[in-house]
Amino acid sequence: MKGNRFDPVLPALGVIALLALWYLAVWTKVVDPVLLPSPVDTFRAMWTGMAGGKLGHDFLVTVERTVYATVIAAAIAVPLGIVLGASERLYRSVEFVIDFFRSTPASAMFPLFLVIFGVGDRTKILVAAFGAALVILFNVAYGVMNARKTRLLAAKVMGASRLRILVDVLLLESLPQTFVGLRNGVSLALVIVVVAEMFIGSTDGLGNRVFEAQQLFAMPDMYAAIFASGALGYGLNLLFLTIERRFVHWAGK
Amino acid sequence: MLDPAGPAVKRNTTAPLPAHVTIRGLRKRFGGATIYDGFDLDIPRGRLTSVFGPNGCGKSTLINMIAGLVPVDAGDILFAGKRLNEIKFGYVFQNYREALFPWLRSFDNIEYPLKLMKVPKPERRARVERLVAHLGVKIDLARYPYELSGGQQQLVSIMRALVVEPEVLFLDEPFSALDYEMTLFMREQLQRIFMETGTTTVLVSHDLEEAVYLADRILLLSRHPARIADFVAFDLPRPRDSQTLSDAGFVATKAHCLDVFQQEVRRA
Repeated sequence: MKGNRFDPVLPALGVIALLALWYLAVWTKVVDPVLLPSPVDTFRAMWTGMAGGKLGHDFLVTVERTVYATVIAAAIAVPLGIVLGASERLYRSVEFVIDFFRSTPASAMFPLFLVIFGVGDRTKILVAAFGAALVILFNVAYGVMNARKTRLLAAKVMGASRLRILVDVLLLESLPQTFVGLRNGVSLALVIVVVAEMFIGSTDGLGNRVFEAQQLFAMPDMYAAIFASGALGYGLNLLFLTIERRFVHWAGK
Repeated sequence: MLDPAGPAVKRNTTAPLPAHVTIRGLRKRFGGATIYDGFDLDIPRGRLTSVFGPNGCGKSTLINMIAGLVPVDAGDILFAGKRLNEIKFGYVFQNYREALFPWLRSFDNIEYPLKLMKVPKPERRARVERLVAHLGVKIDLARYPYELSGGQQQLVSIMRALVVEPEVLFLDEPFSALDYEMTLFMREQLQRIFMETGTTTVLVSHDLEEAVYLADRILLLSRHPARIADFVAFDLPRPRDSQTLSDAGFVATKAHCLDVFQQEVRRA
């Protein structure tokens, strides 16, 4: 494709179009002004909320829960995925269980986790970790199973022991797929945390902020909290992509 | 059959060179097919032996069994009386892209087998640098393999195999993934490496021109169960170059090999 000097501004066009549409809707009053505040009001609410207001606190609480959930999930799923992936027969024997629970909406597990762990931070983090762990586990195991056979043979023919092959080759071979799992895992953890914050007796977090603003009909606050959640999700994905490009520079090469 | 080349070309005369690798009573089955059954072979020391034969006759399987990548069903393979685990050897795969480690820089790829042998870091570096200087290789080894051309990557693979100073070097169709220009260049590189090191080398090739051009001995295999259809000597002095391709001895040897090959193909 031919480059164009306007190419760098292309990503901004969608944003500008969306804002223009939003303004138009507010200006023509096609949507009830109570339901749709102007972009200026929304971003003002976001600014005051994030800079020392309640929204900033909720944002950080959600970040904290999501990070805990992802760390717990990765700490369990990465080693387990390597073990399962290293023995294809072992993986085949638990594949159905993993796929089944991977397909079960984690939100359906809320009541169960509530019964076991009670109302509190722990429950939210653990449900999110449960969902994320299965996604990570699945990806790590497949990354290990799909390691290039030639590469393993090359290490073997040079005299590497099984342990050396695991550490020097298999782990690195599975790294690109592991990162795919981590990226999907952190996204899922955020979804679960936000939903949990809405409905599991919460007093803080972005989910709670959205829900509470809606109950109070504070529409600019509600939109501000929604955008903050979006920014968080986008930022986390970007963060993992950046780390991935640094550490797995060879992926797809 | 009449011999087109006359007595000028010696063949079927596996002149009694000292054997380096001796194979006795080799047997291998894959599924229902018997690939090798009571196969004997002596691979001469310090020579380059090419292995050529019909598709699926077990050329690669042969060197994979010798190099321990594929288990044998029965038979003995000895290296001057020693077992595989008692010697140092190098192996170069056809698929350099998948054989090199993309997370290591080219230099570290070459160094890796020394690391496995627990050679201390300064000595590892020195040995790689010595090898690079010895072979006159002009590649930026600080680059990752995927930043190099196909031929350069295969050269890195060959250096990784050579750095341990192997007693035997195996190459499994090392140039078949390269374009013709690069293949010609790599033949020269391999010839130079062989002349510099004099390592006993076994080259599996599906290109008869290459197999004869590079070899001292051309092992022609039959369809499976594989027998030695012929073990042809080609003693033209090195360095060989593009002139070699039109040399009468080369042409005659290649024609003879092709003849044997076609007989084997028709036999099926």
